[in-house]
Amino acid sequence: MTAFTLTDLRHLFASNEGLAGNAEFGPDDLDVALADLGYDSLAMLELAAVVQREYGVRMPDDCVIEMTTPRTAIDYINRRLTEVHAA
Amino acid sequence: MNSSSAVVTGIGVVAPTGVTTAEHWASVLAGKSGLGRITRFDAGDYPVRVAGQVPGFRAAEQVPARLVPQTDRGTHFGLAAAADALTDARVNPQELPEYEMAVVTAASSGGTEFGQHEMERLYTKGPDWVGAYQSIAWFYAATTGQVSIRHGMRGPCGVICTEQAGGLDVLGQARRLLGSGSRLVLGGGADASLCPYGLVAQLSNGGLSAEPDPARAYLPFDADASGYVPGEGAAMLVIEDEAAAAARGATVYGRLAGYAAGFDPPPGSPRPPALARTIRAALAEARLAPGDVDVVFADAAGTPAADRLEAEALAEVFTAGGVPVTAPKTLTGRMYAAGAALDVATALLTLRAGVIPPAVPVTRPAAGPDLDLVAEARPTAPRTALVLARGHGGFTAALVLTA
Repeated sequence: MTAFTLTDLRHLFASNEGLAGNAEFGPDDLDVALADLGYDSLAMLELAAVVQREYGVRMPDDCVIEMTTPRTAIDYINRRLTEVHAA
Repeated sequence: MNSSSAVVTGIGVVAPTGVTTAEHWASVLAGKSGLGRITRFDAGDYPVRVAGQVPGFRAAEQVPARLVPQTDRGTHFGLAAAADALTDARVNPQELPEYEMAVVTAASSGGTEFGQHEMERLYTKGPDWVGAYQSIAWFYAATTGQVSIRHGMRGPCGVICTEQAGGLDVLGQARRLLGSGSRLVLGGGADASLCPYGLVAQLSNGGLSAEPDPARAYLPFDADASGYVPGEGAAMLVIEDEAAAAARGATVYGRLAGYAAGFDPPPGSPRPPALARTIRAALAEARLAPGDVDVVFADAAGTPAADRLEAEALAEVFTAGGVPVTAPKTLTGRMYAAGAALDVATALLTLRAGVIPPAVPVTRPAAGPDLDLVAEARPTAPRTALVLARGHGGFTAALVLTA
């Protein structure tokens, strides 16, 4: 399978109207807090729902605790994808 | 508690009569109605065809872009009116202590249109499609919360749910907060329920007018009264302690001189309705006599029984025909939690302008005590106004405003 990338994350943020924020972040912003980019904890729950729908993996509610920056969000989503495909 | 020193220093309005305070006041003085056939959704299958819809409101221009998809239309109205009220009061919340500014709004139903959209997704696509923002967009305190966050006003915040009386009850609460450490309160109401879910929820009270002609649908105190027309919008006020307002050189619209709330006895009770008693209590607190009141902004329920009760209460306190009565809400419909807050804004503009705005003229007065209904703008330089509001289920409130 193809890994989930920064481009994919930006696409998810930009393509969902309920996820308004600064989706223009780039490789230099991987460690910026998502809250500072305009994505609060509810936005991360919304993101989790979008990932569930588009990638078919369950995203537990406590994912918001781990997804605090673009880097940790990408890592977390990749872990979920890998676990699902390994199962 | 010394509660007679609360003054209003800012007004923000989003209403069927206009999306700014100036636009609203111009419409009200001219008797220009904002009622029309419902166009926000296909109302063809509903018994109610007429409503007061806010024209020309563009959320994208009034509300931070991020909040537009995350909040209900009623909250959009509330955010816009709140920002306008602060600007009007020349208050920059970033320059004041955040815990000394409070936000209190009235809500009668929360974010119904947002909620309807999410429910549609639930039953057509499944629970994974219900957005996370449903958790905060639907509920009664949504507008208070968003206004508080947007402006960094972190003092005692709350929401009051007493249906149409809420627009006055928030001002009673605002005065209490001024007496307990808050220096400024943003108070008012916002409601937008003109969607199928919102309308159906309101139909059950039996008070809505089924008349399809916008000019005939809402005729309070008329023999042809057939109920009320629903309206949408928001009105927000900046309330400050008089001395604090003077210290910063604020312009004052008027004073919240007296307020009282009552609750009707249950149907069938031999006890009288609460309205006359509530009016007397508000006047007593303002230390004014009935003869001091220059104009009454009526609740104007638009159903024959409720209109008659209001006319009887007015006759009891003021004698029949003893005080000018107006009802600018005949131009907007009953805006639920926002309605009485808008009446207060209109009453303050009345005191400032020295002109009583008209109600829709009554052509055939309903049976009951005489009312001096203001049919044309009346330049009598009023100094004291009484605003009345009754909410479904028995909530009753009265507010005395002085220039």
